[in-house]
Amino acid sequence: MQLDSKIPSGPIEKKWDTHRFEMKLVNPANKRKYNIIVVGSGLAGASAAASMAELGYNVKCFCYQDSPRRAHSIAAQGGINAAKNYQNDGDSIYRLFYDTVKGGDFRAREANVYRLAQISVNIIDQCAAQGVPFAREYSGLLANRSFGGAQVSRTFYARGQTGQQLLLGAYQALERQIYLGKVEMFPRTEMLDLIIIDGKARGITARNLVTGKIESFIADAVVLGTGGYGNVFYLSTNAKNSNATAIWRAYKRGAGFGNPCFTQIHPTCIPVSGDYQSKLTLMSESLRNDGRIWVPKQKGDKRPAQQIPEDDRDYYLERRYPSFGNLVPRDVASRAAKAVCDEGRGVGETALGVYLDFGAAIKRSGEDVIREKYGNLFDMYQRITDENPYKQPMRIYPAVHYTMGGLWVDYNLMSTIAGLFIIGEANFSDHGANRLGASALMQGLADGYFVIPYTIGNYLANASLQKIDSSHQGVKQVESEVSERIKKLLSIKGKRTVDSIHRELGKLVWDECGMARNAEGLKRGLEKIPGIKEEFWKNVNVLGEGQDFNQSLEKAGRVADFLELAELMFMDAFAREESCGGHFRTEYQNTEGEALRNDIDFSHAAVWEYQGEGKKPLRHKEELSFEYVHLAQRSYK
Amino acid sequence: MMNLVLYVWRQKNAQSQGQMVRYDAKNVSPDMSFLEMLDVINEELISKGQDPIAFDHDCREGICGSCGLMINGQAHGPKKATTTCQLHMRSFKDGDSIYIEPWRAKAFPVIKDLVVDRSSFDRIIQAGGYVSVSTGNAPDANSTPVPKTNADKAMDAASCIGCGACVASCPNSSAMLFTSAKIGHLGLLPQGQPERKERVLNMVTTMDKEGFGSCTNHRECEAACPKEITVDFIARMNRDYLWASLTYQKPSARGGGE
Ligand SMILES: Cc1cc2nc3c(=O)[nH]c(=O)nc-3n(C[C@H](O)[C@H](O)[C@H](O)COP(=O)(O)OP(=O)(O)OC[C@H]3O[C@@H](n4cnc5c(N)ncnc54)[C@H](O)[C@@H]3O)c2cc1C
Ligand code: SF4
Ligand code: FES
Repeated sequence: MQLDSKIPSGPIEKKWDTHRFEMKLVNPANKRKYNIIVVGSGLAGASAAASMAELGYNVKCFCYQDSPRRAHSIAAQGGINAAKNYQNDGDSIYRLFYDTVKGGDFRAREANVYRLAQISVNIIDQCAAQGVPFAREYSGLLANRSFGGAQVSRTFYARGQTGQQLLLGAYQALERQIYLGKVEMFPRTEMLDLIIIDGKARGITARNLVTGKIESFIADAVVLGTGGYGNVFYLSTNAKNSNATAIWRAYKRGAGFGNPCFTQIHPTCIPVSGDYQSKLTLMSESLRNDGRIWVPKQKGDKRPAQQIPEDDRDYYLERRYPSFGNLVPRDVASRAAKAVCDEGRGVGETALGVYLDFGAAIKRSGEDVIREKYGNLFDMYQRITDENPYKQPMRIYPAVHYTMGGLWVDYNLMSTIAGLFIIGEANFSDHGANRLGASALMQGLADGYFVIPYTIGNYLANASLQKIDSSHQGVKQVESEVSERIKKLLSIKGKRTVDSIHRELGKLVWDECGMARNAEGLKRGLEKIPGIKEEFWKNVNVLGEGQDFNQSLEKAGRVADFLELAELMFMDAFAREESCGGHFRTEYQNTEGEALRNDIDFSHAAVWEYQGEGKKPLRHKEELSFEYVHLAQRSYK
Repeated sequence: MMNLVLYVWRQKNAQSQGQMVRYDAKNVSPDMSFLEMLDVINEELISKGQDPIAFDHDCREGICGSCGLMINGQAHGPKKATTTCQLHMRSFKDGDSIYIEPWRAKAFPVIKDLVVDRSSFDRIIQAGGYVSVSTGNAPDANSTPVPKTNADKAMDAASCIGCGACVASCPNSSAMLFTSAKIGHLGLLPQGQPERKERVLNMVTTMDKEGFGSCTNHRECEAACPKEITVDFIARMNRDYLWASLTYQKPSARGGGE
């Protein structure tokens, strides 16, 4: 496997400009002759499909929901970063770049991150022009808030519904292109495999989720914006149907998988309440602007929060990290919460929880101000827990939220398969080992609106693609493999439901490859997964038929892929003998319990290459060099 | 813990006829969400070799608009401003009977059990629910200030999740609340002005063509809407529509240039 990152030469501020000038263009009349498949209609997919159609390409866009507007991006709450420096508080492109590289614990590619910071400002302009109703000041100008890992206010937001509003902007742009006939939309259609001909990605095989029909679609290039794989843990803040199938199938066809063990545990989610629980709900990080996190000083203090006097409370983030306080990055905040709960100071029935307290903020600014900023989040909390957060502190606990790992891409966002591009959360991206809040929306839209429309043109202008159609032998082969697999899933008729096996897997991944990991636990996991896989393929019960609307069958296919992906996550976590960002190996920490990186041996992205069923995948490295942000131990003290 | 009796609409596919089927839900915890209660029923059905109940859902946070059930004749059930996925079983009591049906409207045909086809909503948006600004065309975001009250009101309208409860609860299956929310959102912002007349004319025409009924002021939509979109937006849309029909002029053809 060749890993050429294709980083343009020259100083970092000039790389993207130079590259844009050097890339070959497709002339406007010729764009019409190219067909592009975009899988995914989230922020990344919808913005890419719309922008490429605007340029003149013929686009086919796929999603499994009934409408592109329902992609998981819709649930993002807190905001989107941009280096606008509207607040005049010292922000700049360079600072956003610096914060992101440092926040990612020095495991991201500098050139990509710099480009992301540059483009961030265009995103806000584009979205405002689309009519995204961002929050505004009385002057009519845009408002900002702060997010973790930053000391400036650069986060733009639309109440607690930023993802919804940004996605609706992209969705509306997409619908306009559908109306104009430049995009053909395939909702309720799930990509189940990738078609490669002559070493180039040329299409996908998909299942119509209403009729069950297996069909192939041919194109000149394929773009995956299929989101993250946090649901490998079963319980996560991701939408229930989010899954890894598209990227996993591409991996098995030869796309390198970058840093699969880099997953993000978000510090502020509503704690688990029962066995039937189907998903976890995030309480936006923006709450940490006004909420103070604490637990009782004494172990096993069961008094209700209001009866615990100030002196008996431990505001442990403010104590341990005086300069960032409650706004430390997510990985740091999550581990600190786990630490106090491990000490027996957790709150709530399960003692797996900490308080997020708005008492002081309400006293300072009044309930109305707090309601205006976070009203919908407070309402959601109350609906779920039946507790009133204006009167008593919220209880929160970390939960799986985001995956920094994903398919490896070069500077052009192309994977190791020619003609296969990966955008948004699905790629291994710009966040290194830990993503800062409000940066996923930024990255998804940067990739979709402003990067892929250029880089795909350069690929198409240089590639020589033979004409093929869906009767090609290579296409038929993939189709028959897809149909065989479905038949197999339906024929097992065992005793376990798909969900029960998924829960079992999820618990194992959470226990051994979650917030803290070590060699022993990872080995244990690697021993157990093959057994769960075998149980699945021998004893799962998928009812119904393939030629039908069949939600159990959809789930079964996704869980089968999660089982394999989990194994790769464990291998990756095992091989990375250091702690960095969200990857915390308990063997590697300093005396204060902070993550200890090993830059000599691990200043690289790990990229895994599939070797075939039952064979151990190969681990490759993309060495990372830090010319601008100098390697240093992260400190938020 | 509660025991409940459910009557659920089962329909194999669009072609077949459906019927209500009775299920017993035992040991339901009040802290479960409504969909988690259905998950548990489905796990039991699968163990018994019976086809699980199909329903749409995804975010389970009240924001994606996928879920939507008629619960005892009420769209999204008894709790105000709450989607089906955010409804919790503490809204019911031991011994209750619960009737669960799909959205019923000509423009929302049933696909299976509780799942319906809402693509007509997408086609209403296609007819003009956007600002025609291609990527790269935008001026600096702060070059166009928007009065805060307008921005806030636009946001109220923009929070529509496209669930379809307004249609399902309306005796005429009208899509006025949904359509007016988008028209209100864009019409309140300076960015939405250039296409304002065309937008309202085209979206309303498409709404009628898709088979949605007209509005006769029952206000059931407002009561059912999980995002509390108010009928004021319908009034606003009607004013816009009248004004646009009287004053709209097709743009004249462009010149050929050099
Ligand atoms: C609760 C929550 C809150 C968040 N808040 C923030 C925030 O405030 N700020 C921030 O920056 N980030 C936030 N994030 C992260 C951010 O929302 C996501 O990382 C981002 O939206 C992902 O966008 P995407 O376009 O890559 O993928 P998604 O939005 O996940 O879209 C994936 C798309 O791919 C389609 N798809 C997937 N597989 C297939 C297949 N096999 N066939 C066909 N279609 C397929 C889906 O249908 C969907 O359309 C939050 C995340 C969560 C869970
Ligand atoms: S207006 Fe309300 S009820 Fe209608 S689709 Fe929008 S959110 Fe749902
Ligand atoms: S499942 Fe998303 S709104 Fe209910």
